Amino acid sequence: MSAASPTIERGTAASRIAGVGVLAIILLLAVSPQFLSAGAVDRMTTLFIYVILAAMWNALAGFGGLVSVGQQVFFGLGAYFAIRLANAGLNPFVSLFVSAVIVGAVSWPISLFMLRLKNGEFAIGMWVIAALTHLLVNLDRLIQGETGTSLISLNVYDASTRRLTIYWLALASMTALLAILFGLLRGSTGAAIRAIRDNEDAAASVGVRVTGTKRLLFVLAAFGIGVAGALWLATSITFQPKTYFNVQWTAYMIFMVLVGGIGTFEGAILGALLFFLIETWFGGTGVWYLIGLGATALVFSLLLPRGLWGTLEERFGWRLLSVGYRVKLPPGPSNPTGEIASPLQTTNSREKA
Amino acid sequence: MMNQIVQGILLGGYYALIACGLSFMFSVMRIINLAHGSLAVLSAFALWLLASRFHIPPFYGLAIVLPLMAVIGWALQRFLLERSARGGALLPILTTFGLAIVIDNMLFEQFGADTRSLAPFIGSLSYDSWEWPGSIYVGKLAVIIFVAAVVLLGGLQLFLTRTGLGRSIRATSEDPDTAGLVGVDARRANAIAAAIAMVTVGLAGAFLGMRATFDPYAGATQLLFAFEAAVIGGAGSLWGTLIGGIVLALAQTLGAKIHPQGFLIGGHVAFLVVLFIRLYTSGLGLRGLLRLSTGKAS
Repeated sequence: MSAASPTIERGTAASRIAGVGVLAIILLLAVSPQFLSAGAVDRMTTLFIYVILAAMWNALAGFGGLVSVGQQVFFGLGAYFAIRLANAGLNPFVSLFVSAVIVGAVSWPISLFMLRLKNGEFAIGMWVIAALTHLLVNLDRLIQGETGTSLISLNVYDASTRRLTIYWLALASMTALLAILFGLLRGSTGAAIRAIRDNEDAAASVGVRVTGTKRLLFVLAAFGIGVAGALWLATSITFQPKTYFNVQWTAYMIFMVLVGGIGTFEGAILGALLFFLIETWFGGTGVWYLIGLGATALVFSLLLPRGLWGTLEERFGWRLLSVGYRVKLPPGPSNPTGEIASPLQTTNSREKA
Repeated sequence: MMNQIVQGILLGGYYALIACGLSFMFSVMRIINLAHGSLAVLSAFALWLLASRFHIPPFYGLAIVLPLMAVIGWALQRFLLERSARGGALLPILTTFGLAIVIDNMLFEQFGADTRSLAPFIGSLSYDSWEWPGSIYVGKLAVIIFVAAVVLLGGLQLFLTRTGLGRSIRATSEDPDTAGLVGVDARRANAIAAAIAMVTVGLAGAFLGMRATFDPYAGATQLLFAFEAAVIGGAGSLWGTLIGGIVLALAQTLGAKIHPQGFLIGGHVAFLVVLFIRLYTSGLGLRGLLRLSTGKAS
């Protein structure tokens, strides 16, 4: 009887191995500053920040169906509040995280308002919010307009302590944020989130709290991007509003998520990694690099809208960090291979997960 | 004070001009084109190139640039938007955002970071003005832009309500499938609508270049202005866009009066206030704010 009925499984052998692998990678990353040069440690910190940005934008767009072109507002605010708090005498490292909490709190009232907008209106509406916030931050005397200011209180730590602390903070933030997102997506909220992603009206009709769930993702994304902005401030020390409130940040997020695979947990991480490598190799070519980024995003949105990971996942039924369920059909004459569910079935079950 | 209000209203004409293409495309194809501003700047650069390299004055240059913009609009719809719109409502946002990045940086690559203006090529028109009663000086160019906006909006309205092509575009915007059943070629209607929208964008770009300066990255600001004017004007006729543009310009004027850096802040705040009122006084938030009901007949 049990052999004849399909079984529901959460992970696969691959995903269990991947789970162990992720732990090993995190441990390895935690000790790797021992072996890396100072420059490499800085680059790795940058990579962690990119992963945070990609994962948070993906949470909002890929899972919440909310494409925002104004996420730089939270990046800039993360840095700005950190400056403000540190200026008020709070320990600079502590202020990085208090700042992100404030960003999350600020995003709540914004969400009340913005989440009533749809698609493109939401996208540009957020951009207007970012532009307005940028102008208002410029009015702050402490910031001195576009001249900007610095997180001077960080200078009491010597360079290597600072570098290592920021590295570990970035690694810990990235791990924690990914873990929160993963937990959220695997839990009952995750089912709601994917239901909304696939069909908002249908989800609402079966009792999914659409707005509440979207708000949760919006605030989480704001908080996460706030962390990223504060960490970026810690690595670069200087705060110029123009740099932080630049729409370029959202362009990077979109690029990473589109190329990696929108709406897949692994895709955002893959996209961040690819973006990091592309930046390392071609970042020096200046404007052509940016043209290339824009063109790649354009081509992916037209030809490969599921991104690299989404396409691979669909084709080979790969599942590393599985957030959904899948149905495994019992071995039988109709399904001689038995062990591996066909990609089509996997996809179907994922949509319904 | 009276003077500033007049100037504000005239500036509103420019905003209406740049907004009408955006809201037109949205109302027909349900797509917000994030490359809208960048395409306007592209048109301004094209006119600048014609004027500085080939000594073709901008007003004659329009005869070359506007047809070119129409072709760009047609191609944009056929090769990019049509395809990405099939993937859902979110993909066109990403596609056009990617396009905006490409255009901005291509312009930067080609023309560098210098700010340019078309003002040197239009002779005394850039500073000539008329004196109105009450010693109000209005720039001739500002009046021309305002009149152009009114003519364009009126022409568009007439085209949509009185011509067969306009009716088929409206039918497509209402329901492409049903329009197809009664013999309207939806693909063609959409491509023509995109071409028309890009002609208005080209014209807006020309006036942007004449009345102010522009640089390769000026597109983002223009997109925000267009979006704000369109949303403030809201779901009315195309004339709503004109009112939206005027409200935006007056709010900016007022902002600049309150604080030296208040020009842009005033505009953004006005936009958010209107949005707030609109969202909480009607259910429009769920149906789309930019929606233009071009046909009042039904």
